[in-house]
Amino acid sequence: MASRSRFPWHILVFILPGFIIYTLFSAWPLLDTMFLSLFKQASSGERVFSGLANYQELLSDPHLSEGFWNALWNNFKFFLVHVLVQNPIGLLLAALLSLKGLHGAKTYRTLIFIPTLLSVVVIGFTWQLILSPLWGITPNFLKSIGLGTWFQPWLGQEHTALLTLALISVWQFVGVPMMLIYASLIAIPDELIDAARVDGASAMRIFWQIKLPLIVPTLGLVTILTFIGNFNAFDLIYAVKGVLAGPNFSTDILGSYFYRTFFGAQSSLGSPTMGATVATVMFLIILMGVMIYFYVVQRRIHRYQL
Amino acid sequence: MRESLLKISLVALVGILGAQAVQAGDLSIESWRVDDQELWEKDLIPAFEKAHPGIKVKFAPTAPTEYNASLNTRLTGGTAGDLITCRPFDVSLELFNKKQLADLNDLEGMKNYSDVAKSAWSTDDGKSTFCVPMASVIHGFLYNKDIFDKLGLKPPATEEEFFKLLETIKTKGEGITPLALGTNDGWEMHQVVYTSIGPNYWKGEEGRKALVTKDAKLTDAQFVAPYEQMAKWAPYMGEGYKAQTYGDSQNLFSLGKAAIYPAGSWDIAFFNKDAEFKMGAFKAPVAKAGDQCYISDHNDMAMGMNPASKNQADAKVFLNWLASKEFAELYANKVTGFFPLANHDIKIEDPVAAEMVSWRKDCKSTIRLNAQILNRGKDDLEAAFWNAGQSVVNGTAKPAEAAAKVQEILAK
Repeated sequence: MASRSRFPWHILVFILPGFIIYTLFSAWPLLDTMFLSLFKQASSGERVFSGLANYQELLSDPHLSEGFWNALWNNFKFFLVHVLVQNPIGLLLAALLSLKGLHGAKTYRTLIFIPTLLSVVVIGFTWQLILSPLWGITPNFLKSIGLGTWFQPWLGQEHTALLTLALISVWQFVGVPMMLIYASLIAIPDELIDAARVDGASAMRIFWQIKLPLIVPTLGLVTILTFIGNFNAFDLIYAVKGVLAGPNFSTDILGSYFYRTFFGAQSSLGSPTMGATVATVMFLIILMGVMIYFYVVQRRIHRYQL
Repeated sequence: MRESLLKISLVALVGILGAQAVQAGDLSIESWRVDDQELWEKDLIPAFEKAHPGIKVKFAPTAPTEYNASLNTRLTGGTAGDLITCRPFDVSLELFNKKQLADLNDLEGMKNYSDVAKSAWSTDDGKSTFCVPMASVIHGFLYNKDIFDKLGLKPPATEEEFFKLLETIKTKGEGITPLALGTNDGWEMHQVVYTSIGPNYWKGEEGRKALVTKDAKLTDAQFVAPYEQMAKWAPYMGEGYKAQTYGDSQNLFSLGKAAIYPAGSWDIAFFNKDAEFKMGAFKAPVAKAGDQCYISDHNDMAMGMNPASKNQADAKVFLNWLASKEFAELYANKVTGFFPLANHDIKIEDPVAAEMVSWRKDCKSTIRLNAQILNRGKDDLEAAFWNAGQSVVNGTAKPAEAAAKVQEILAK
């Protein structure tokens, strides 16, 4: 064939637009951020190259590191709540929705997914109202079922605020894992299920021993997406608790910590270079998590050819 | 990644704003008071132009959150207006140090201001002043007169009376919350509470200056005592105060469900519009009857001149007008709760605002504790103060512990 030796220009033409946009708006800013983190800014506005000094300061100087470790630890707890609550609930809902002959399955699916589409500001405001000790429906609802003493101003207490926010976020985003898992559940061929049923397996056994092993790759994907989403999270904390992520920094996560470092908060001025350092560290944390997943977890996941 | 995008959009935004060319010959005012645009255009500027025909003035505000950054860019790029509304303390001082605000020591109108009034816009040594003070806010307590009358109460003068009053409202008030205050947002704990009740303990300017010169520490009794008082407020703040926001507190008070509201004077305008009961004000109670009282009378706004302006003579005419009695009277009565800083004897028509401003006669004024110089440290002292107040009232830190933590950050 004569055309074999010709350079495949059309491939280049197809790739180029995406490549340019990605480079311009994603890769270049990322590299620029990393580059910026190697500088220090003097009060006169001049930038001086300082190598890894910003990183050292961030991780060891108490005036920055105390806040950083606190934010990292809080972020980890935030992620843990999502993994332990959001994803199992998502799995449960997906399993229920994929049952044959469930009435109104489409309606449920839509209703559960709707919060995901709402703006975080709306979610934050709504939940603040629902949980408000003054005007919220929660105190009265608990009173009406005789549990009035259980009510606490959850969003305002140091030991409950972060958990409450994490659960609000779970409520908002539970539709995402549900949809992904649901999609892979309905992709399981009916023959497999039918064969198992003919062999006399119960519905429970079919779920645990046939369906679950087949969707493990999806569960892994959901976990890593949750990880990336959580370690980049910022908006809900900012919408409900503001830049200081109160009370007493108890709801501070990496996103809000980054915001304060970069833009400054009350009397502290922001520092673009230190902000870039925090952003880079966040990127590295996420990169590390994703690498561990790809190289360690995903390779061991057994895939079945359907 | 995120910040780079933001940087780009910020630059783009500033470019658009900067492109609004200033007409030669006219005076243009830079300000963050977008809310006041109508007031300037309908009342203040016409009054000035009537007195000084031939000078045209334009009010060109920028949103408060963008003001500092976009003003900086415009000053550097040479497109800023002739008159610049000054933020208090370090923000403006930095502009002056960069020679982006003119020295106004020779301005005739400056003689109308006290040193405290000028302190927010002067160099640390007090030798140069670069903005004409325009307005301050005063802190104190607002109360619901109807509730007070019903329970036969009168405003307290001493701390003991204050707590007795709170107890009476709690026991006899039939569900009325004594104090409309919540710790959710944090800033009120410092700016409206600590720096309002505190000056009585640290003797206003005397204590504040001792802190600046490092002759005093926040762990000293006079700085811990306000926290001790705040810790005792919690039982009177209503259930769930830990998740109560500033907006919640405002609503609670304006709906008549709370008796006392720790306030900044800017709140008066809000309640005048929304509350249907009679309102009164009392100042922070003192320890013993007859003690010298101190009030938090915080400088908030001033106006300076762009040294690159082509209309400096006209700009000075305008600044002198700002220092006049006419402006003070006009401003005080149009913007309820923002008080002029000049030494003119003016009449304020709003009874609550008039009550608050009358405290200046008997009490000594001071500014917010950490506003001058102290905030310059590496760490966010203001945020530390917010958290300290919040923790004390929430009961998660003892007053002495909270003060020690802020001192640690101050000392760094």
